Amino acid sequence: MKSNPIANLGNTGLYILSDLGKMTLFLFQAFRGIFRSPFRFKELLRQINFIGVGSLAVIFFTAASTGMVLGLQGYYSLNKFGAEGMLGSAVSLTLIMELGPVLTALMVAGRAGSAMCAELGIMRISEQIDALDCMAVDPFRYLITPKFLAALISVPLLTVIFDVVGIAGGYVAGVSLMDVNPGSYMEGMRSSVTNHDIQLGIIKSFVFALLVVWISTGRGYFVREIRGAGFGAESVSRVTTQAVVLSSISVLIFDYLLTAVFL
Amino acid sequence: MTSAIEFTDVIKSFAKKDGTVQTVLDRVSFSIPAGKTTVIAGGSGSGKSVTLKIVLGLMKAESGKVLVQGNDVTRARGAALEDLRTRFGVLFQGSALFDSLTVFENVALPLRERTKKTEEEISSRVHAALSQFELSGHEEKYPAQLSGGMKKRVGLARAMQLKPAIMLFDEPTTGLDPVMTREIYQLFAKTQAEFGFTSVIVSHDIPKIFNLADRVIILDSGKMDVFNSPEEIQWSEKPHIRQFVKMTMGDIYQSHLVENRNPVGR
Repeated sequence: MKSNPIANLGNTGLYILSDLGKMTLFLFQAFRGIFRSPFRFKELLRQINFIGVGSLAVIFFTAASTGMVLGLQGYYSLNKFGAEGMLGSAVSLTLIMELGPVLTALMVAGRAGSAMCAELGIMRISEQIDALDCMAVDPFRYLITPKFLAALISVPLLTVIFDVVGIAGGYVAGVSLMDVNPGSYMEGMRSSVTNHDIQLGIIKSFVFALLVVWISTGRGYFVREIRGAGFGAESVSRVTTQAVVLSSISVLIFDYLLTAVFL
Repeated sequence: MTSAIEFTDVIKSFAKKDGTVQTVLDRVSFSIPAGKTTVIAGGSGSGKSVTLKIVLGLMKAESGKVLVQGNDVTRARGAALEDLRTRFGVLFQGSALFDSLTVFENVALPLRERTKKTEEEISSRVHAALSQFELSGHEEKYPAQLSGGMKKRVGLARAMQLKPAIMLFDEPTTGLDPVMTREIYQLFAKTQAEFGFTSVIVSHDIPKIFNLADRVIILDSGKMDVFNSPEEIQWSEKPHIRQFVKMTMGDIYQSHLVENRNPVGR
């Protein structure tokens, strides 16, 4: 059959609308699961352990590396204007408002988001989710809601840890290696970081956590219905890649939007 | 005879990649008698699994009515649909056991999630079921550590926990060797005799599966033919049924039906 470009465009538009609709309903059902009994508290703790505790090492190393690089780069830039005393301010503001929430979300998307998507995808193709439906067990309450809550609890806490470790990394690079005055580093940070900056960072981390867990679990849950994903194990691998890419891009787009709105 | 499941003028179609529409069920009407075993057969893509999904409310028909014990599945939502689903037990093609749960936890899951039984009661029920299905001693194993036949037995034990009125078997012997297939059929017959549920078996395993059947439904190109006994099929004058008999059963059909009607002790 001859391909009709207008029909193809229309089909793609309809597919995107239908996908957005399904994902929106998915989000509502995930939150509705909080109010359905029995609440799976042990599963919530297990997911916090997986998303939060399991990501600590990668967050620690990413934060230390980012803070140290910021310390060195910041020192070289500020030194040209004789303003190395502002290093504490530059490092802490950059980390608290931008890099902390963004890099934490990207790390969680790569480590935990991909795993959540693959887990649900495999459960879907092996009919485990259908089995839950058939036993009249709500798959949202049983599988999805604990992951949502765990991400919303873990990611902001990981972001705070990222900020603290990153600022410490900046201190090591700036003060210990480049001889910036420790008092001016700490004072620069204390005087320039406001409650508003911290709130913005925390709001961002909540929004990013929601985006990562929503996209990752949603792609896995709907693995059979995603156009071009293929079948079986191949579909899970493709959809997992798609989940990480979509989560990362969404985090970057929303980072700009939130900065533009709240700054 | 009371009907456990009743389809009336059910239509279900799917859009294909090339933009055309494939009608899988085209104004299909039939009933499944309570307490009996009905086999649904047909070629690949004939709509057998779609029929099961519509019965379970996992898929919606475009039009028509599907009654389960007098309740319309096509209109049921939320709690009403959940209530209808508790009447079913389902044995999936791949058993659909939860990989991260042990055998014990898999069988206990419906009791933990759908009843208010204490852990002691659940433990006693699960151990009794595992013993009944010859799975004692495997409680702490994970599905990956089980053979295909054992997985089916765990799946059956799990499906039986809420004492379903209707059992649905989706390709129950796929991937099993002939000895295991025979064992599974014997287990079906034994379990049904004990619990008296309505069985609906979707299977390719023809003609062996016909030995279990009280009624046979053959799906082909969106249409459905109902036979009140497996023997009726071979006398059908319809060309597509004759073709189906020839392709799937050939000469061995006669020998299985006439000489070996009772391989599962029924």
